[in-house]
This record gives sequence, structure tokens and C-alpha cells, in this order.
Amino acid sequence: MSILIDASTRVIVQGITGATGQFHTRACREYGTQIVGGVTPGKGGSDLDGIPIFNTVEAAVRETGANASMIFVPPPFAADAIMEAAAAEVALAICITEGVPTLDMVRCQRYLEGGKTRLIGPNCPGLITPGECKIGIMPGYIHTPGKVGVVSRSGTLTYEAVHQLTKLGIGQSTCVGIGGDPIIGTGFIDTLRLFNDDPDTEGVILIGEIGGTAEEEAAAYIKANMTKPVTVFIAGQTAPKGKRMGHAGAIIAGGRGTAADKMQAFEEAGVRVSRSPADLGTTMAAALEGRGA
Amino acid sequence: MNIHEFQAKEVLRQYDVPVLEGGVAKTPEEAADIARRLGCPVVVKAQIHAGGRGKAGGVKVVTSPEAAAEFARGLLGKSLVTHQTGPEGRVVRQVFVEQGCDIERELYLGVVVDRGTGRVALMTSSEGGVEIEEVAAKTPEKIHRAIIDPVIGLGAFQGRQAAFALGLPKPLVNKAVGFFSALVRCFHETDASMVEINPLVVTRGGDLVALDAKIGFDDNALFRHPAIREYRDENEEDPRETEAAKHDLSYIALDGNIACMVNGAGLAMATMDIVKHAGGEPANFLDVGGGADADKVREAFRILLSDANVKAIFINIFGGILRCDVLAEGVVAAARDVGLSVPLVVRMEGTNVERGKEILAESGLTIQTAPDMAEGARLAVAAAGGAA
Repeated sequence: MSILIDASTRVIVQGITGATGQFHTRACREYGTQIVGGVTPGKGGSDLDGIPIFNTVEAAVRETGANASMIFVPPPFAADAIMEAAAAEVALAICITEGVPTLDMVRCQRYLEGGKTRLIGPNCPGLITPGECKIGIMPGYIHTPGKVGVVSRSGTLTYEAVHQLTKLGIGQSTCVGIGGDPIIGTGFIDTLRLFNDDPDTEGVILIGEIGGTAEEEAAAYIKANMTKPVTVFIAGQTAPKGKRMGHAGAIIAGGRGTAADKMQAFEEAGVRVSRSPADLGTTMAAALEGRGA
Repeated sequence: MNIHEFQAKEVLRQYDVPVLEGGVAKTPEEAADIARRLGCPVVVKAQIHAGGRGKAGGVKVVTSPEAAAEFARGLLGKSLVTHQTGPEGRVVRQVFVEQGCDIERELYLGVVVDRGTGRVALMTSSEGGVEIEEVAAKTPEKIHRAIIDPVIGLGAFQGRQAAFALGLPKPLVNKAVGFFSALVRCFHETDASMVEINPLVVTRGGDLVALDAKIGFDDNALFRHPAIREYRDENEEDPRETEAAKHDLSYIALDGNIACMVNGAGLAMATMDIVKHAGGEPANFLDVGGGADADKVREAFRILLSDANVKAIFINIFGGILRCDVLAEGVVAAARDVGLSVPLVVRMEGTNVERGKEILAESGLTIQTAPDMAEGARLAVAAAGGAA
């Protein structure tokens, strides 16, 4: 089982005709995802490998009944693309685009408030329910269907975690990359809540990184609410202060947002923390065992 | 992107935020001329991208053009070390000569993006001239925060709340509201990431003035601000970081001796962490991105090897979109081309990994391959001469 997406999810791709959009549309379709349409303004009426293309999200949703949109629109136009998906009441918008201006996202978040659309990202690898549906840029073949959820601010570090789990014979229910930007749609707490309510998720790996306080808030949430084991890794234990480590959101500003603070918050909440990124899988395996799973 | 104080004040002036008259000088003579034009006393301030200039001896009130020239001569071309520059300091290439003013009170004013609410926040504090982090740690109740709706902007009532919280006298409240609103408008319209006025001063004459100003801009929005892009000062950046950015590589220099080349920011940070875990010290953060090709790998190599401290290179790649065979070919070509002078450890995983390993093995180069991250880090630390 899974959260957010499964075999029945019907996906459109905004920015389907760009090089990246085309590449990943094909990769997702090969994985088994139902890609029902695409959107590129001005190219309505054409198609990509038989996938119908529309001028607007509104038309795409009307014609295909899509309930999710994967967004590959370039950074200057990405926030507008998310709002277009929200205006068409797409249930789930996943924005892969990296480099969206922060204040565009401030306005976009305001627009999404009270609406019907859940946003994942931007600057994220997307999400996958192994064996059923992949909406994003992750390599599908490293995943195995199973019962551990993964939620992460990172891309390749998430693949690392999944790979370690798969090697240990532990499958995944759903893996969600929430994105590395300072302002993102769905955060750790929302995702943890979904995993907690999913009867087929038995444990969750959370991968955080330096910057902001989302991890500290997640730690408090886990302590108060989670009935399943959560294990954690925080990237950036050796990161210097005041430097942006690749991700726009990964910066220790004014002495706040250090890995040490975050790890301490989790430990105080009784959460197992992997010190080394080589132990992501084994820490989860131990947590599941400790629970008698 | 950060800019100098005098540039920040130029930006503020465009938004009618009150600042003092001043001019920027690159020679002692220019400093004297500006002092003469403004009339003494004036304040001479070193212009570098780091705080703590006052305490480090980079700011002085002088009473004559000759004294302005004298103080400027002592700063220009020399390194100024503040608590934010690191021990090597920053070379002062220009000074800002500004009118003096009579200070009655010093306040703090900052505008930032609040990640928790996803909104811009105005922060004010009666503790001016002190670093806000210190106030936040010791007396958080002295910081007043207003969360700004992006559609409405700063509400006048929010400005009044902030002004009253600062304990400003009635005649100054409306001036303060205007000041705050102008600053918030400036923040939104320039795509700033941080604006800090510390101190904001109340003068004896009953005016509000931005005595110091620091502005940082969102790099992702610079494409729509050509005038602000012109403010960039490459002297204030690490040359290797600048060079890396030209090739779309994300590089940050660190103090250790094990160079890291990784795809993805999270994995790159985790790789630094595991090097440390294995007893070594990372020489850098380097994310080559998802779409790295042979050219990018070669540029990355050049940048890593330009750091004389580097004793070993650790490549850690999780190939998804980036195929391991393509990466391996890039590594072999780059190592031949650049001339590999230090041990190289490669850990690859993902698409076409077996073919990638074959390419490395057949290359005839001395490359150690590792089955996983932990072993890769261990090998790299050993190759660099053991634990630090």
C-alpha cells in the first residue's frame, strides 16, 4: 500500500515537450505510471508518443480526468505553473524544477491556501510508490514494494537510503522527496501524518539536512503522534556556517539550523538517529526488529 | 548574492529609505575629497562583505579631510579581520565616507523570509548595534515579529505595532511606519533574501536613519534584476567557487585534505560527513548535479586539484539519470587530461555500474574502487595519509 499515489493515479506533465520533460515522461511511463496527458502552451492538439498535449491544465484535466501533475516548467515560470494546476483543482502537484525564486513561492503558497491542491516540492525528485506509480526523476529500478516509508529533503541521498533498504530485503511503501528549497509545499509533518495513517507502512526513514527548523518540528510531532518507528539521518554535520550547501534551503544562518541541533532534537524525542549515511538501512532494520516486525 | 554597504544604501535610497549622504573612495585622496565635500565630522568605513567591521577597527569618526585620508590609507589594500571573515581576513579595496550624525537611540530592523510560515517577516528590536542572534539567544522577548501577507504588504497597523513595541515617541511612530513599509517594499521588489538595518538610529533631531545596511539577494531571482547583478563583487568570492559556478557546479571550499566529487547536494553533504566519520577532513563540498557529462567532470577535477591541500580524491556517485559508464569515461578522460597527481577512490552505484567499473579497471590508471560509501571514505582517508 502507499500514500498519495498508486496504480490508479492519473498524471499529466506540465512542460512535457522540453528535453527534461520528455525524458522523464518516458521513464515514468516505462515504469508503469499512467501518464494521461501533457501541457505545453501553444502545442495543444499534438502528442508525445501518443500522449495528448493540451494548451492549458484546465483543458488537460477536463479531457483526461487527471488527478496529479508533474511539473518540469523552467524556474521563472514554475510558480505560475503550480498555480495553474491549483486553479484546475488537480489534487497533487509535484514540482521538480530547481531554482524557483523564493518570493515566487511565497506568493504561490498564499494562492494555494484553502485550495484543493497539495504541492510536493519544488526542487525535489518527486515521489514513487514502488511497483505502482513513479512521478519524478528517481531511478525506478532501485525500489522494491514493501512497508517502509521514506521522506527526504534530498534526491540522491534518498536513492542511497532506498538502495540500502532494498539490499537488506526491506521494501518501501512510498518514497517522498519533499524538496531542498526554503519554502516547499508538503513538509515532513504532513508526510509523517500520512505514513502514520497508512495501514501498510510500518516504519519511516526521515532524511533531513541543515537549515531551517523543519526537523525540530518533525521531532516534536513524532514524539507526540507517531505510533510507528521513525529513523533519521541529517546531512551536513560537517557543513560550515553561513554557506549555502547546494540546496537553496541548506544553510546554517545565524548559528541556527545545525545538524547537531537537529540530531539532538530527534534523540530527545526518542528517535533513532544514524550517525553515518552508510547506516540508513541498518538503522531502520534494527528499529523494525526492536518492534518485533 | 551579497553586496557592500554603500551599494545597499544606493538601493535603499531608491525606495525612499532615509540614509546619510556619502561617497565611495578607492584612494586616500578620494576619501579626503569626499570628506571635504560633505563637511566634517565624517565616518570612514571599510567596505567588505562581512560584519563586525567596527569592532575590528574598520570604522572611524574623523574630524578633518586629512584624517579621513590618513585612516583610509591605513585600511586600503590591507586585510581586515573580523569575527566573520576567518583568520585570513578580507582585503579592503574601497572605503565609504559618510556624513556623521548625532545618535539618540540605536535600534535593530531586519526583513527575512520566515521558512515556518512561508512568508516575509519584519523583525524589530530595541537592542540596536548588537547582533540579532545574540539578542535572540539571550532576550528573545525583545524581538518583535510581523508576518507579512504577500498580497497586502506590510499593514500600517503592523508598522504601528512594531513602532510602539520599540517604545518610539508619538511623533516618530508615523515616520517609523513609513520607514518599515519602504523597507518591506524594497525587499519584495528586489527579490531580497535578507535586509538588515543595524543599527537603525533615532537622531537627536528626531529622524530615523539607516546607519548601517546589509542586503542579500536571492540568486534564483537575479535573472530579473540586471541592475542588481551589476553590484556583484568577485573580489569578495572564493575564486574557485566563482569558477565552479561558471560551469554550473556547486562548489564550496573547506579546510580539509580529502576532495569530494558527488552528485546531489544531500549526498554531497553526507559524503563530507562520512569522510569526517572515517577520521578525515573534507576539502570541499562539490555537487556536479544530475546531468553531469565528461566536460563537467573534467572541470570539477581541475577545480578540486587547484586546492594545494588536497591529498586524495573521493568520488561518490549514485547514478540515476547520470549513468555510471558515462561517469567512468568522464573520470578516465579527466584524469588523463588534467594529470592525476593524488590517489583517487571511486564509489559508484546505480545505472550501468558494472560497465562503469570495467571502464575504470581497463583504464590503466591507479583508481581504487569501493563497494559502498563507508569503505570509500575509509580508503580515501587512508590514501590521504590516515586519520587527521
